Amino acid sequence: MSSGLRRVGGALPALAIVIVLVAAWELYAASGEVDSLLLPAPHEIAQALWEDRALLWDNFTVTAGEVLLGIVVAAVAGLACAVAIHLSPTLRRAVYPLLVASQTVPIPIFASLLVVWLGFGIAPKLVIIALIAFFPIAVTTLDALAAVDPEQRRLMRTLDASRLRTFRFVEAPAALPGLFSGAKIAVAVAVIGAVFAEQSGSDKGLGHLVQQAVPQMLTARAYAAVLILSAFAIALFGLLSLAERIALPWAFESRGGRSR
Amino acid sequence: MPEVTEAPVEEPRPVSAHIGVRVENVSRSFAGRRGAVEALRGMSLRARPGEVVAVVGASGCGKSTLLELICGLQQPDAGTVAADPAVLMPQRDLLLPWASALDNAALALRARGVGRERARAAARPWFERFGLAGFESARPAALSGGMRQRVAFVRTLLAGKPVLALDEPFAALDALTRQEVQAWLAQTLAAEPRTVVLVTHDVEEAVLLADEVVVMSPRPGRAVATLPVGLARPRRRTDAAVVALRERALQALGAAT
Repeated sequence: MSSGLRRVGGALPALAIVIVLVAAWELYAASGEVDSLLLPAPHEIAQALWEDRALLWDNFTVTAGEVLLGIVVAAVAGLACAVAIHLSPTLRRAVYPLLVASQTVPIPIFASLLVVWLGFGIAPKLVIIALIAFFPIAVTTLDALAAVDPEQRRLMRTLDASRLRTFRFVEAPAALPGLFSGAKIAVAVAVIGAVFAEQSGSDKGLGHLVQQAVPQMLTARAYAAVLILSAFAIALFGLLSLAERIALPWAFESRGGRSR
Repeated sequence: MPEVTEAPVEEPRPVSAHIGVRVENVSRSFAGRRGAVEALRGMSLRARPGEVVAVVGASGCGKSTLLELICGLQQPDAGTVAADPAVLMPQRDLLLPWASALDNAALALRARGVGRERARAAARPWFERFGLAGFESARPAALSGGMRQRVAFVRTLLAGKPVLALDEPFAALDALTRQEVQAWLAQTLAAEPRTVVLVTHDVEEAVLLADEVVVMSPRPGRAVATLPVGLARPRRRTDAAVVALRERALQALGAAT
C-alpha cells in the first residue's frame, strides 16, 4: 500500500466517528425535541454554508489574514524570547516570569481594553493573537534548546567551539522540531484568539459575523462560521505537519520513527 | 561559560607535542544528592607523546571524570593535570542527525570557524581512507554502528589535537563490529600517531591497542597497577602474550575490586 493510501486509511476511524456524530445530531434535530432556531440540523448548516458563501468568504479572508499575520508576529516574538532566554541566564530570570504572567491575562477583558486603546483596526487583533500564540512557541522551542544532550555541548567545547557556534551548529537545528510543535499548538489557539479579538470590537471577520448572527437567530449561519474557523485551524495544522516532514526529514527517519 | 580561544589550525597536525598527558596525584569530588561524591583520589597517569595508554576499571570508577580533566572540561580539586590540547571522543558517537556524514566529520573544523566548503574538502580524503567513500551525503540514521563510529573518529582526528581522549568508544558496538573497528583503530594510530588515553572496561581491548594498561580501583578511583604491554603490532587476541597480559590485567582488576 502506498503511503498516501495508508494515510487516507488512517483517517477512516476519525471520519467514521464524525459521520456517526453528524447522523445522531441530524436525528436529534429531526425528532422535534429542539427548536431548529436554537440548534439547527446539520443539513441546515450545510445549506447556510452554501447560501451565505459570499458573506462567509468575505469575512473569512479578514479573519484568515489576522490569524496568519498574528502567527507570524507570535513566531518571531516566541523565537526571539526562547533564544534570548536560552543564551542568557540573566534574561531567563528577567523574562521567564513575565512570559508566564502574560498567559494569566484574561483575554476577553484585555481584548476590550485594547480596542479602547488601539481602535477597531487590525492592531488589537494582532496583539491578542500574538499574545496567546507566542507562548506555546516560546516554551516548546525553549524546552527543545534545553534538551540538547549536555555531552554534545562538552564535545563542542573540546572542539573549541564558541558559545555562538555551538548554538548555530548544534542547538538551533536541534530546536527546530520544538519550534514546529509550538507552532502547531499556536495555530489552534490563534484562531480562538482572532474570534475573541473580533468580538471585542470589529465590523468584519467571522468572529464578528457570529456575534451578529446569534441575536438575529441566524444560528445556522453562526454554526457555519464556526465550522469554517475550525476547518481553517485544522488546515493550518495539517500544512505545518507537512512542512515539518519536508523541512526536517531527519526528525522522522531516525531509528524507528520520531525520536522525540 | 569561559570562551575558548579558537586555534587557527585547519589540518590535523601530527604529534608535535611536548607533554603528552601527565596526571599527578589528582583528586576530584562532586556535590551529590547525599553529600560529596569522590570520583578520584590520588589518581596518577602518564602518557608520553605518541603513546597509547588504556585505562581499565569497573564502571563508576571515575574514568570519565579523568578524561574530562585531561580535556580541560573540569579542574582537579587537588593535584596537577598537564596535557597537550585534547579532544574528547565520547562513548556515543553524538553525530548530528540532521547533518550528512561528511558535515558531521567537518563539524570539528566548522566549530573553529572554518568555512563550509573548506571544512568539507578537508574531511573528504579521510572518508576515502576510512572506507566511508560513497557515504558522504548519508545521514547518520542510514549508517551502521561501525560506520557511525568511524565518522565520529574522523571528526575527532580533524579537531587536530595531539591528544585523543577516547571514552569507551566501542562499548556500544556489537562484538563483531567492535573487533573490526578495534583493528581499524590500531592501523589508523600506526599511520597517524597520537597520544591516546583510551578508557575501556574491556581488558582485551586495552591489551590489543595500548602501549600501557592502567588499572583503576573502584571509586574513589586511583591507579592500582600499571602494566607495560610492549608487544609488537599488529596483535591478535589469540597471541599467547596477549592472553597472558589480559589475565594479568584481569587479576589486577579483580584484586582492586
